[in-house]
Amino acid sequence: MSVSKRSTIIVEHLRRQQMLDNLAKGRRLDGRAFDEQRPLEIEVDVIKKANGSARVKLGNSEVIAGVKVETGEPFEGLEDKGALIVSGEVLPIASPHVEPGPPDEETVELARVVDRGIRESEMVDLGKLVLVPGKIVYTIFVDCSIVNADGNLFDATSYAAVSAILTAKIPILEMKDDKVVDTGSTMPMPVTTVPVSITQVRIGDAILVDPASEEEGCMDARITIDTTDEGYCALQKGFTGGFSPDQIRKAAETARIKGEQVRAKIKEATGFGR
Amino acid sequence: MTQTRNLIDENGKRTDGRTIDELRQVKITVGTVKNADGSAFIEFGKNKIVAAVYGPREVHPKHLAQSDRCVLRCRYHMSPFSTDTRKNPAPSRREVEISKVMREALEPAVMLEDYPRAAIDVFVEVLQSDGGSRCAGITAASVALADAGINMRDIVAACAAGKVDDKIVLDINDTEDKEGGADMPVAYMPTLGQITLMQLDGRLSPEQFNECLDKALVGCKMVYDIQRQALMQKYFGNETEVKEEQ
Repeated sequence: MSVSKRSTIIVEHLRRQQMLDNLAKGRRLDGRAFDEQRPLEIEVDVIKKANGSARVKLGNSEVIAGVKVETGEPFEGLEDKGALIVSGEVLPIASPHVEPGPPDEETVELARVVDRGIRESEMVDLGKLVLVPGKIVYTIFVDCSIVNADGNLFDATSYAAVSAILTAKIPILEMKDDKVVDTGSTMPMPVTTVPVSITQVRIGDAILVDPASEEEGCMDARITIDTTDEGYCALQKGFTGGFSPDQIRKAAETARIKGEQVRAKIKEATGFGR
Repeated sequence: MTQTRNLIDENGKRTDGRTIDELRQVKITVGTVKNADGSAFIEFGKNKIVAAVYGPREVHPKHLAQSDRCVLRCRYHMSPFSTDTRKNPAPSRREVEISKVMREALEPAVMLEDYPRAAIDVFVEVLQSDGGSRCAGITAASVALADAGINMRDIVAACAAGKVDDKIVLDINDTEDKEGGADMPVAYMPTLGQITLMQLDGRLSPEQFNECLDKALVGCKMVYDIQRQALMQKYFGNETEVKEEQ
């Protein structure tokens, strides 16, 4: 059952007031413009045991993503496609508010939204990851570990997952006597496009790109929009406030413009398209 | 999603015979669960969903209580027999997420501050599922909240729009959801002009995105009228035709 609760991030009254006063003057507490992201750092191939990996820092939020390739049965109804599963976990080391144990609804939402953005963009050409149609396919696991939580985990996790996929080398497998054998060589992940997630929050009338933790503590509503080169592929509105239709249209436009910049950064860091 | 067959025929008719701007048949009956403080049964296409509201009532466990407002608790659940293959009755990750977005869609409409230290529980049970069960569930839940006499700012109406055969269509059904190009569920408070739920999966160009949002909002307004009619029907019966007072 989903229960309404206060944000786990407590922002003091004076700090909140200071934030609101500043926003009214068009400023954010950390000096950023409303549509400005925190510094984004992407490092790839950080985990040698994984088929692909990336470490992303967005401000102080930090996520490590790893790709592991296995074989398995295809999903029901998608017999001629490989399986792609993106998941995320907020580790107990990430903040004092996280407890070990089964994921709470916010973590479930985070993992599902990141997965949806990548899945719906059709980033990975899953049709190329089939060994025996209807029976054996490649199963690509992209696991994201959040190691430091300081706001906007949706975007940080998405960038980490996308970067890990872009740099993944997957083993070329063959069928021999009804058994899967590893040929010893690898191929790059069959990638078609680079999806980029942009999260914005509304605090009063101000709409801010890439909210830091304390901004999330004061937010009225949140929206995460995933774009590809061509347009939109996924969206999730979150939290207990609403948006006017005009605010949504504006946010969608911002997500495309900002998304384009981040896409360039991800491509540069991963060497994709070169 | 890659589409394998045509879902709109040469006459512009969809798999269930509707035009692209047509809503499925929607029927709302108010007060179907006698024990509940408020309830509603909705048939939205082939969806059959019952929503029941209990509260405001005492919060258990007590530590969940808030001193200055009430807590809204929401559960979206699908019965094992509601789907083609039996659904495991344990809550899936999908249901956890929908319970959350559903609560967040309803919360802006409820005057939580009027019921400090209390809880309002909203239970949404999908008995038979079709495409768009979260929208139908929110629509029913918001009528049930009104039926329970909870103070509200507006009624939340929900409807999806989507892309089928590269056309933007209103209120997509199960087949169109599974085989079509995109699905955008939206919940809207028409009087306040606030979107309280919005999701998207599937690819849309910027023009299609705006068209899809506009279409979903039109659908929400149609649903809103049906919600009002249903409530009027229960509380004023046939003697009062729904009169526009504004």
